[in-house]
Amino acid sequence: MNLKKTITIPDFTKSPSVDQVGIIERSSRFQTRSIKNESKIQALKMVLNMIDLTTLEGKDTVGKVNQMCYKALHLHDDYPGLPTVAAVCVYPSMVAIAKEAVKGSGVKVASVSTAFPSGQAPFSTKIDDTKYALDQGADEIDMVISRGKYHQGEYNFVFDEIAKIKELCGAQARLKVILETGEIGTLDDVRRASDIAIYAGADFIKTSTGKIGSAASIPVTLTMLYAIKDYFIKTGIMVGMKPAGGISTSKLAIHYLVMVKEILGEAWLSNEWFRFGASSLANDVLLQLEKQRTGVYQSKDYISID
Amino acid sequence: MSERISVLKTYKIYIGGSFPRTESGRFYTPTNSKGKSLGNICLSSRKDFRNAVVAARKAFGDWSERTAYNRSQILYRMAEVLEGRKEQFIAELILQDSSAKQAEKEVTVAIDRLVYFAGWCDKYQQIFSSVNPVASSHFNFSAIEPSGVVAIVANQTYSLLGLVSYMAPIIAGGNTCVILASENKPLCSISFAEVLNSSDLPGGVVNILTGKRSELLNQMASHMDVNAMCYANHNWEELIQLKEGAVENLKRIKSYNYELLSSEIENPYLINDFQEVKTTWHPIEVIGAAKASY
Repeated sequence: MNLKKTITIPDFTKSPSVDQVGIIERSSRFQTRSIKNESKIQALKMVLNMIDLTTLEGKDTVGKVNQMCYKALHLHDDYPGLPTVAAVCVYPSMVAIAKEAVKGSGVKVASVSTAFPSGQAPFSTKIDDTKYALDQGADEIDMVISRGKYHQGEYNFVFDEIAKIKELCGAQARLKVILETGEIGTLDDVRRASDIAIYAGADFIKTSTGKIGSAASIPVTLTMLYAIKDYFIKTGIMVGMKPAGGISTSKLAIHYLVMVKEILGEAWLSNEWFRFGASSLANDVLLQLEKQRTGVYQSKDYISID
Repeated sequence: MSERISVLKTYKIYIGGSFPRTESGRFYTPTNSKGKSLGNICLSSRKDFRNAVVAARKAFGDWSERTAYNRSQILYRMAEVLEGRKEQFIAELILQDSSAKQAEKEVTVAIDRLVYFAGWCDKYQQIFSSVNPVASSHFNFSAIEPSGVVAIVANQTYSLLGLVSYMAPIIAGGNTCVILASENKPLCSISFAEVLNSSDLPGGVVNILTGKRSELLNQMASHMDVNAMCYANHNWEELIQLKEGAVENLKRIKSYNYELLSSEIENPYLINDFQEVKTTWHPIEVIGAAKASY
């Protein structure tokens, strides 16, 4: 913490610009790796252990949250030795229920906050929102940034909001900052928003809310990973990454792992520093693990619904 | 002016409403009895089959929930489009060892068969469903529902008819399917995929692969997400192989040996073979005490 205070805050208008062609070219390289057998099984189990199992819907009920938490702890009991997911991610009103459901398991409870998903609420409301989630026992806070303010050029406003929420989280909760890259725009903007979030104290930067059409993609994630890398080189502080939304197949998830390993290195390959925000990914990974185990292509009919 | 070089057709496979090449990049070159090459045909891999099953599963919800009337229209539309492209199929059949007369016959029978099963779409449900007498105060009825994703091993002798005759009843009943085309006579299967693609048939309802039975039968039989299989050949060893592979999820395997040019295959039992029966017990008031009030 003290270390961070000595870091000078850069001028965000001068965030490095991103070579889009280069990023897309580099992104496509991650998708040509052939990963077989034992490495694949290891990667699949790692993916499971990095998932933030998520339900963020207006129709969420206590029953739905309990069911999801059960799934988080019992992904597929037919398969011995599977890890649990990293966390469950819910709305603040469901934190207490989720907390109770996963008690003693090591699975974290993440709560979205700051008027998720739009972030269009007075700052005081966002603070109350976050305090409530923390009071209920949230271990992680997934906040959204004010994209409107960002587009108006009020980078300091965005920065201060994040810093304040970080202060509230204190030692209790780790803070994930959702950039909502689909609304942020170009890769240059993704880079700038990443820098703002990182310097303001984010423990994780996260791509998307999952509430708009455009969700996580490899080029966007790669841009954010470079921001994390540059910050690490400069300060020696690690920041986590969480792509969310749109990652529903094992193959794609493994491509992400390849990318993280090649850009940031092995230190980031644990759920302390890398997460997938996903709801249907877990079942696809389970299908692939069962395929590896039995040699036979599997069906969702034999796996609990998500 | 120099003589024009004719453009040869690339035969690709049909998955999820598009025409990819096999992911394996392999091909084989079947020949006709005169030794003439039929072309370079995709040698589909088990991953192609897996992808096709994923596409078929994805298409199943929408297809099975469409009205019978709409499914009927689409099957009829296939017949219309096939009629307009008769010449192409006749030429392909002749290249694959049919005489001109046989080829003409095979194509016209295939068209008529599509029309036949189009007609059944909105009728089989009434024929095969029932209201059952029970000794309690329940209204008890059995309705049939499509099995799901069906893997079809097309008949090897008839390039076109051997595929159409089994596909038609299976999709008429609301199933989606993955078809392994005739190994030695694969040309019509992919041209037929082009017919499907311009018949308002949603992508993924029918997926067509070309390749070797020896490579794919095991995969088809053991795939847990395939609900039933249709085997349209007469080869005991292959059939045993399929049945062994299917024990894991107990998928239904139906084998047929119809003479395809005759009309014996034209019956609704083929539709019924790929349906599951759902029986519902619906509580009612005691019938004995009820009086006719109208």
